[in-house]
Amino acid sequence: MARTISYREAITEALAQELARDESVIVMGGDDAWGGVLGVTKGLVPRFPGRVLDTPISESAVVGAAIGAATRGQRPVAELVFIDSMGACFDQIFNQAAKFRYMFGGNARTPVVIRTMYGAGLRAAAQHSQCLYPIFTHIPGLKVVVPSNPYEAKGLLIQSIRDDDPVIFCEHKALYDTRGEVPEDSYTIPFGEANIVRDGGDVTIVAIGRMVAVAGEAAKELATSGIEAEIIDPRTTSPLDAETILDSVGHTGRLVVVDEASPRCNLATDISALVAKEAFAALRAPIEMVAPPHTPVPFSDALEDLYLPDAQKVLNAAKAVVEYQR
Amino acid sequence: MTDTLREAYRVMRTIRTFEERVREEFATGEIPGFAHLYAGDEASTTGVCLHLGDRDAIAGTHRGHGHCIAKGVDVKAMMAEIYGRRTGSCHGKGGSMHIADLSKGLLGANGIVGGGPPLICGTALAAKQQNTGGVGVAFFGDGAGNRGTTLEALNLAAVWNLPAIFVAENNGYAEATSSTWSVASDNIADRAAGFGVPGVIVDGFDFFAVHEAAGEAIGRAREGGGPTLIEVRSTRFSVEADGDCLKRFRARVIDSGELSEPDFDDIDAEVAKLIEESVSAAKAAPKPTLKDLETDVYVSY
Repeated sequence: MARTISYREAITEALAQELARDESVIVMGGDDAWGGVLGVTKGLVPRFPGRVLDTPISESAVVGAAIGAATRGQRPVAELVFIDSMGACFDQIFNQAAKFRYMFGGNARTPVVIRTMYGAGLRAAAQHSQCLYPIFTHIPGLKVVVPSNPYEAKGLLIQSIRDDDPVIFCEHKALYDTRGEVPEDSYTIPFGEANIVRDGGDVTIVAIGRMVAVAGEAAKELATSGIEAEIIDPRTTSPLDAETILDSVGHTGRLVVVDEASPRCNLATDISALVAKEAFAALRAPIEMVAPPHTPVPFSDALEDLYLPDAQKVLNAAKAVVEYQR
Repeated sequence: MTDTLREAYRVMRTIRTFEERVREEFATGEIPGFAHLYAGDEASTTGVCLHLGDRDAIAGTHRGHGHCIAKGVDVKAMMAEIYGRRTGSCHGKGGSMHIADLSKGLLGANGIVGGGPPLICGTALAAKQQNTGGVGVAFFGDGAGNRGTTLEALNLAAVWNLPAIFVAENNGYAEATSSTWSVASDNIADRAAGFGVPGVIVDGFDFFAVHEAAGEAIGRAREGGGPTLIEVRSTRFSVEADGDCLKRFRARVIDSGELSEPDFDDIDAEVAKLIEESVSAAKAAPKPTLKDLETDVYVSY
């Protein structure tokens, strides 16, 4: 039965259900003893003695330990609170976990999940607000998940834990308190299958993570001017469901990509290149990319609001492609 | 006991002959890429790994061939891997720095200085969770001893009381930089005190010293006593000098009467044959092809 719960509660529920289902699942993170910095592991320590581990602030050692344990029959879920701190353990992720299977000629399985929080909007400034999922998407051997709402978060996290490859699970900090309908029972959402959030025939809007909701607001407004947007949530940036995106552009002929990540080599440029190459004949207007400027995330609320993609910017981009004349 | 001595010598001789041959073959230009040799430190990995079995995991280093051989990886598959052949232990996708066999508990030689110690915290954690009595051993050089990953791993192993052994193979040089300059403490083993774990120094030319120290550390770890840092001291480029661990081993065991010259000669001959066969087989083996290029990136994608 579905109830309305928060994104945070959906993640906790996914962890608890997998811990209960599979003894090889272990959870580790800073402050886990009292529920974790994000409050996601609250209540799990007494329910699963010895399997929810508190850690020092030692990104390399903790993530490396999760990876090492994954090669020896565990399914570890490591929490690395801010994606911005990933630099401290890039080696373990890029050079170890991501490459074991290929480097070892297929003789490795590393079923590790690294949960991390990303994104701007909470005035957390430059070192606590980045959207670094494109960096992980770039690395062969990693899978990258960007759930856009509580339902997605639960199903995709359970899938991540059961998946046999290393997964970077990116949670947007402004989504934790958002609420949505989530089934109580366990379920999975497969990787590489985009969700068509809204049907429409005039313009395709591909949006990542929190930007899915932003695109939704824009679509409502567009509908009042008679423009029907089709919104696609890729759910995972690696693997990427190219087919659903190309099919959609095939019938709308117009594309807007909304990405909160910095504009160079982000998902917007990646998806735009894909569509320009594979669906050029279908395009009736140049592709629009809605992304922040090429700057660090500013602190002041006045600046951060200007920095972030919002519904108005998406609306303007959608109108521009719909009204485009050769 | 004589079986253990034979096995110890066989492993050390295999490493030595393997590495000498790789050095020769590398000079011909037939081996692609990089090859970092372990010759000279045979007593270190052999003294440790003779205590280990399938429930135990190790992580090697850049100079990882010795660790692989001591942990039981197939020598022919290793040689084929170094030659970049499809029959190699990683089907030619890893090479010298990435030979691995997870089924043998070998997490790989590692191309990243200090890459192994955090991983070993994980294998030790898995052994603890699964109650196997297994241990994890991270080998690292004097260069990696200055990496934050190594120091973080020591701290985490102590905090979690993991069955982990950290073996610092201090051969005096990180690439060409002397450890007397790059290591700020007098000894790498002294750093153990900072993490509240035992730290010992052993003579890396003396198999028996390494074997004894490792046995004590591994035994303590298996019984829940937590991690140990062992600094194994040797000298790079020492193979022809007085510090040769094989010569010392042979002299001592012949002196004690436990094995005789012919026993050693037999092992030398067996090993020489094995390495010769490994090289011929590797040279004759096929290279991977286009159909191998994009396989084995993911379990599923």
